[in-house]
Amino acid sequence: MATALPTDPAAPDPSDAPPRSTDTEALGRELDRIRAEVLARRGAEDARYIHTVVAVHRRLEVGGRLALAISLLPPAWLAGTAALTTAKILENLELGHNIMHGQWDWMRDPAIHSTTWEWDNPTPAYAWKHTHNHIHHTWTNVVGRDRDLGFTVLRMSEEQPWRPVHLLQPFYTALGAPFFEWLAALYDLEADAVLQRRKPLRAFLRDAVNTVCKGARQAAKDYLLFPLLAGPSAVPCLLGNLTANTARSLWAHTVIFCGHFPDGVRSFTEEETEHETRGQWYLRQALGSANIEGGTALHVLTGNLSHQIEHHLFPDLPSNRYAEIAPRVRDVLTAHGIPYTTGPLLQQYASTWARICRMALPNLHRAAPGRPRGEDPA
Amino acid sequence: MALHRIVWSEGVVRLVLTAVDRLTTPLLADDYLALADPLLSRRWPAGRVTQVRAETADATTLVIRPGRGWRPARMAGQYVPVGVRIDGVLHWRTYSLTTPPGRPGEPFSITVRALPDGRVSQHLAHRVRPGEVLRLGPAQGEFHLPDPPPGRLLLLTAGIGITPVMAMLRALAAGGRLAAGTDVLLVHSAPDPARTVFGPELRAMDQRLPWFRLYEHHTRAGARPAGHLTLARLPAVCPDWRERATFVCGPAALLESARRRWAVEGLAGRLHFERFCPLPPAPSLGGTGPQTARVSFAASGVETAAGTGTPLLEAGEAAGVAMPSGCRMGICFGCVSPLLHGRVRDLRTGEVRGEPGDLIQTCVSAACGPVTLDL
Ligand SMILES: Cc1cc2nc3c(=O)[nH]c(=O)nc-3n(C[C@H](O)[C@H](O)[C@H](O)COP(=O)(O)OP(=O)(O)OC[C@H]3O[C@@H](n4cnc5c(N)ncnc54)[C@H](O)[C@@H]3O)c2cc1C
Ligand code: FES
Repeated sequence: MATALPTDPAAPDPSDAPPRSTDTEALGRELDRIRAEVLARRGAEDARYIHTVVAVHRRLEVGGRLALAISLLPPAWLAGTAALTTAKILENLELGHNIMHGQWDWMRDPAIHSTTWEWDNPTPAYAWKHTHNHIHHTWTNVVGRDRDLGFTVLRMSEEQPWRPVHLLQPFYTALGAPFFEWLAALYDLEADAVLQRRKPLRAFLRDAVNTVCKGARQAAKDYLLFPLLAGPSAVPCLLGNLTANTARSLWAHTVIFCGHFPDGVRSFTEEETEHETRGQWYLRQALGSANIEGGTALHVLTGNLSHQIEHHLFPDLPSNRYAEIAPRVRDVLTAHGIPYTTGPLLQQYASTWARICRMALPNLHRAAPGRPRGEDPA
Repeated sequence: MALHRIVWSEGVVRLVLTAVDRLTTPLLADDYLALADPLLSRRWPAGRVTQVRAETADATTLVIRPGRGWRPARMAGQYVPVGVRIDGVLHWRTYSLTTPPGRPGEPFSITVRALPDGRVSQHLAHRVRPGEVLRLGPAQGEFHLPDPPPGRLLLLTAGIGITPVMAMLRALAAGGRLAAGTDVLLVHSAPDPARTVFGPELRAMDQRLPWFRLYEHHTRAGARPAGHLTLARLPAVCPDWRERATFVCGPAALLESARRRWAVEGLAGRLHFERFCPLPPAPSLGGTGPQTARVSFAASGVETAAGTGTPLLEAGEAAGVAMPSGCRMGICFGCVSPLLHGRVRDLRTGEVRGEPGDLIQTCVSAACGPVTLDL
C-alpha cells in the first residue's frame, strides 16, 4: 500500500508530507493500462459520437436563431433561448474544450482538429490552448505555476499568500460569474506574465488586439447582427442572445470551479513536483481534481468535465470514454489509498463556495506545505 | 452567355455566404450547409459514390459525384486525393481519374485495385457502397497528354497502371477530331484476359477505332506463362518506339527500366511516367551525427523529436499536428509545406537542402538538425 499517502485527506496533520512512494510507479502502470485499452478500442463508434454532437450543436443553434427571429412571440423566445443556450454550452465544453485538447486529433480530420478549431468565445483558440492545455494541465494545482488555481485574482489555497483584497473575493467571484467568458479572455492574455517578465510586452499587445477583434466579432453577431435581422423582434432577440451567453458563462464557471476547488482537492508546491515521474504526475492529477456525479445529460452538458479526474489523468482521450473508465479509475485509486473526490453538483458547488469564503480570510495558523487544501485546521 | 450566368450566380452565392459568415463566426456558413449535405461544403470538398462496378475480382470502379468545392481535372491522366474514413480515422490516398475531364459537378470515376493488405484499397474496392461520402482533394498531376495530343503515342502500362492511360484513351476517343496520322499503341501487361482491368472495353476500342492498337501481354495465361513484360520485347512490338511520345505507368520495376532505357538513348524528354508505389528509401547518413533532431511546427505550437530517418509527415502526425498529405510517397505534393528554418534531407535521394520559405514534401523529407515548419 501507499504508506506515504494520507488515507484521510481531511486529517489536519502538519507533517502531511507530499504523497511520494514507490507505489506511484505501480499506479502509473495500472493507469497506463486503462489508457492503452481505450486507445486500442477507439474507433468508428467514437467518431460517430463527436460527429453527432457537432450536428446536434449546429442544428440547435440554427433552430434557436430561427425561433429568436420571431421572438416577439413568448413561446418562440423561450424555445429559442433554451435551444441557443444548450447549443452554446455544447459548443463551449463538449466541442471546443475537448477538441482543442486534441481528444479527436486521432481522426486526422482537419475539420475536427485541435490545430484548426475555433470557438464561439472571445478568447482566441490559440491563447486558450496555451494557458489551458500547456500551463494548467502541466502544472495542475501547483501553487505559483498553475494560474488556474484562483485565476490570479482569487485565493484558493492556504499556500497562496493572503492579501486584504481577498476579503472581497466572494463578491467579485459572484459578480464575475455571469461574464466568465469575457474574464477568461482577459485572463488568457496573461497580463500577470508581462509584469513578471515571462511574456514580452509585444506579444501581449498582439494577443490583446486579437482578443479584442475576436470578441468584437462574437459580440457583433449576438448583439447587433442577429437582432437587426430579427426586425420587430430585435429587442427580444437581443435579450435571448444575452441570456444564452450569460447562462453559458454561469454554467462554465460552475463546472470549472467544481473541477478543482471542492473540499478534498489538494494543491502542491513547486518543490513537490520536481523530478516528478509519470506515476507521480498521475497522482497529482488525481489529488488535484474533483468529479461531479450525475446522469448522462449532466455529463454531456459539462463536456464530461464532470469526470474531471479522468480528464486530468488522460486529457487527450475522447471525452465519451470517461464515463466508461471512471469506475475502473476509481477502483485503482481507491486500491492505492488515493482519495477520489466526487459528489452531486449542488454539494460540490456549495463546497467550492465555502472554500472561496474561507480563503477570503487569512490562515488562522501557519499552513504547513503540502496540507490538504480546504481544511480549516482550527 | 450560359457560362456567364453560371459564373455570375456562383459569384453571388459566394458573396451571400461571405456575408452570412459574419453571423456564423467562428464557423462558416459552409459548415451549416454541410449539415444538410456534405457535398455543399467548399471548405471540405467531398463526393458521393453513386455507382460501384466490379471490373475484375479485385478491381472496382467507383463513380463519384463531386460536390461544390471540388476542382475537377483539367487534363486526362490526372489524379485525385481521396479521403476515406476507416474505423473513425480519415486516410488519404491518391487515385487516377479514369474518366476524361468534366465540368464542375459532373461525375467522374476512379478504379481501385485491392492490395492484399491494403488499408484503403481494400475498403474502396470491396466495402464501399453507393451513397458513401468520400472527401476529395483537388484534381492534379503532371502525367497527362499535351494539348493538342501528339500524333504518335506509345502507352506502356501494367496491371492497375492502366487507370490514367484509360482516361487518356477515353478522352481521345471522345474528342472527335484527331489529327490525320494519329496512331496510338497501347502495350499492356496483365495476368490473363479475365484479370485485365478494362479488358473488354480496350478490345472493343481496338476493333472500333482506326487509330488505336492494343497489344496485350499476359503474364500467367496459357500453357507456358510469359512472365513479366520486359523492355527487351519492345522493339518487336513497337519498332518505332524511339519516335513516339511515351507514357508509362505500372510497377516500380517497369518504370525504372523504362526510365533507364530512355535515358541511355537520350530520349528522356519523350518519356512521361506516373509512379503509384513508394521508392525504396535512401540509406541513412551513417553513424555520424545525432540520430534525432528537434522538429517544431510553428502554427500549431508543437515541438517534437524525430529520427533523422523519419519522414517529417510521420513525425508531425505522431505529435498530433494536422499534417496535409496525399500519396505519402513523394509523388502528389499534397504534403508540401513551407520550411521556416533548418535543413532537410530527401529520403529518396539523400540530397540535403533548406532555405527559409522552401516548400518541402514532408512525406519524403527528414530533419537534418533542428527544423521548423510553418504548420
Ligand atoms: C499518382 C497516383 C495515382 C494512383 N492511382 C491509382 C489507381 O488509379 N488505382 C489504384 O488502385 N491505385 C492507385 N494508386 C495507389 C494508391 O494511391 C494506393 O497507394 C494504393 O491503393 C494502396 O493503398 P492502401 O491503403 O490499400 O495500401 P497500404 O495499406 O498503404 O499499404 C499496404 C501494402 O502495400 C504496399 N503498397 C502501397 N502502395 C502500393 C502500390 N501502389 N503498389 C504496390 N504496393 C503498394 C505498402 O508498402 C504496404 O506493404 C495511385 C498512387 C499514386 C501516387
Ligand atoms: S504526400 Fe504526396 S508528396 Fe508527400
